[in-house]
Amino acid sequence: MTPAYVVRRIGFYTVICAITLFFAVPMLWIASAPFDASPGLGVRWPDWTLENFRKTLSHPYALHSMVNSLLICVTTAVAVTAFAALASYALSRVRIPGRDALLYGLLLLSSVVTGTAAMVPIFVMMFQLGLIDSRFGVALVMTGGLLPAAIFILKDFVDAVPKSYEESARVFGASTLQILRDVVLPVARPGLATIMVWAFVNAWGNFLVPFLLIRSIEKQPGAVLLQTFTDEGGSANLAVIPVFSLLFSIPVVVLYLLVNSRYGFRFHGGIKS
Amino acid sequence: MAGIDIEGLATVYPNGVRAVDGLDLTVADGEFFALLGPSGCGKTTLLRTIAGLESATEGTVRIDSADVTRLEPGKRGVAMVFQDYALFPHMTVSENITYPLKVRRVAASTRADVAERTSAELSLHGLLERRPGQLSGGQQQRVALARAIASEGKVLLLDEPLSNLDARLRLEARTFLKKLQKDLGITTVFVTHDQAEALALADRIAVMQDGKLRQLGSPREVFARPTNTFVANFIGSTPMNLVPGVVAATPGDGRPVDGSSHGSAMGAVSLAGGSLPAATVSVPVGAEVTVGIRPEYLTLSTGDVSGPSLRGTVVVAENLGTMSLVSVDCDGTLIGVTVPEEDEPAPGTPVVLTAPAQRVLLYDKESGELLARQPAVVG
Repeated sequence: MTPAYVVRRIGFYTVICAITLFFAVPMLWIASAPFDASPGLGVRWPDWTLENFRKTLSHPYALHSMVNSLLICVTTAVAVTAFAALASYALSRVRIPGRDALLYGLLLLSSVVTGTAAMVPIFVMMFQLGLIDSRFGVALVMTGGLLPAAIFILKDFVDAVPKSYEESARVFGASTLQILRDVVLPVARPGLATIMVWAFVNAWGNFLVPFLLIRSIEKQPGAVLLQTFTDEGGSANLAVIPVFSLLFSIPVVVLYLLVNSRYGFRFHGGIKS
Repeated sequence: MAGIDIEGLATVYPNGVRAVDGLDLTVADGEFFALLGPSGCGKTTLLRTIAGLESATEGTVRIDSADVTRLEPGKRGVAMVFQDYALFPHMTVSENITYPLKVRRVAASTRADVAERTSAELSLHGLLERRPGQLSGGQQQRVALARAIASEGKVLLLDEPLSNLDARLRLEARTFLKKLQKDLGITTVFVTHDQAEALALADRIAVMQDGKLRQLGSPREVFARPTNTFVANFIGSTPMNLVPGVVAATPGDGRPVDGSSHGSAMGAVSLAGGSLPAATVSVPVGAEVTVGIRPEYLTLSTGDVSGPSLRGTVVVAENLGTMSLVSVDCDGTLIGVTVPEEDEPAPGTPVVLTAPAQRVLLYDKESGELLARQPAVVG
């Protein structure tokens, strides 16, 4: 253990600690500020109280927005998973020239679709479809934006399902839909769970789409409502924001834990060969 | 009563490869039939074409006299076991076995009965609630067989059924498979690249090369009388001796050829500095041929012998268990001969090799086809 080595290790751990702190501070704030009698923007040991929760729950739109968020995100997650499953199966099994180019093209364009650039045409389109101020419309736009990447990720999982499984089912007389339902999707279940969580989380945190497409405040999801929490003077309402942030983060954490314990992100292997 | 009739069958892949190339084949009802050949010979493609997983480009496939060439796999009445068994990992053994019935919407109670009965038949009791991942290779194979049997196909197709098992288990599974097939009496076609497996299991073997049928016959016929040098080379755990030779004598006119005696009644062929008796009908003296003789059919002796023989010295002896494979240098050509282990000569020993005439096969030097198919009786 030369002095140079010791110095190097100390330097290394200092950097690690700094990075950890950088990510830990917001977490600590979310954990402590909701319970603080006089919450601020700094992290400190709270003067314990549940008064903030009472204030948040009595806010006219706080709980309502959570329900809106759930509605939009569950619709989006289910739609993305269902469509991505069908599309990735087709793309995985059908031989068409330029299939990979098509996939890469979709992936590239998807960042444009959900991105800021396409917001004006999307707004116009939704307006003409009469889907402005509709939670279904928001879910539709998000589904469209997430689908290409979802198909891309899910295709890898479907590719990994051995072809002999399907052929075996085909020889026993199963139809394409039966094969998909009984064999391919169950085997690709970890992939489906991954996509569903990923789509839900993406939709949950999406601010731009509902902000632009939803007019009435009682239809706004949590992500948009959060920025309306101001007091009479127009400054941030620090009694409500921390509690709301805490509540807002719970569904995502619960979803991860649930999926991980229910399905497990692992593959029931086939046979060694 | 389900046989398979294949007529002029060709399967051509989109890249132009003729994997199966104009094949005619008939598998009798209840027969255990092997498709044998080196990798890439089209045997698996042929099996998959029978199953309907590949579509035939030309020709017809009939199962139970019904033309199934254009039918979906599920409508052909075939059951198939894949090389990797293709057990569904998320289903229990019982669900796997009864999946073919579930597809046909058979009632759950009937399915449970079938699972119970079939698993008992294949000694899988007590494993019904397990998942494939919790089974050994041999058990997985039996589950795959159970599923195929439960589907009640008229024809059973097996793709390399033993290749995923380790060596010791393979022998056990081979015996099990043969007994099962005899008990069920179901027409079975299996694919293998292992000639020993084909010889051991099959009632009849089709040897394939480059999508074409090279020989069709019982294991005994294919082993003892390969109709061409390709089959001669491919069959047998010790390779057949294939040596260039010249026809030295033909059987005397008007005299029946007797395979058990040597001498003037027989033809002879000279090779490797000596000669062997041969039933050289229809091949003129002086014709150049390829002489084929299995090491198992050559006799090695150290004393003098009468009649045509080969002389040489022992180069090396390889132990094969109860037998030894001895390589003998005969005038620069290495000839293999098997001897019982106790007769194994030391390297350097001068020896004499003889063979009965009906075991010496002559092949056309150019085409490699068998000449003198039967020792003809003239007059």
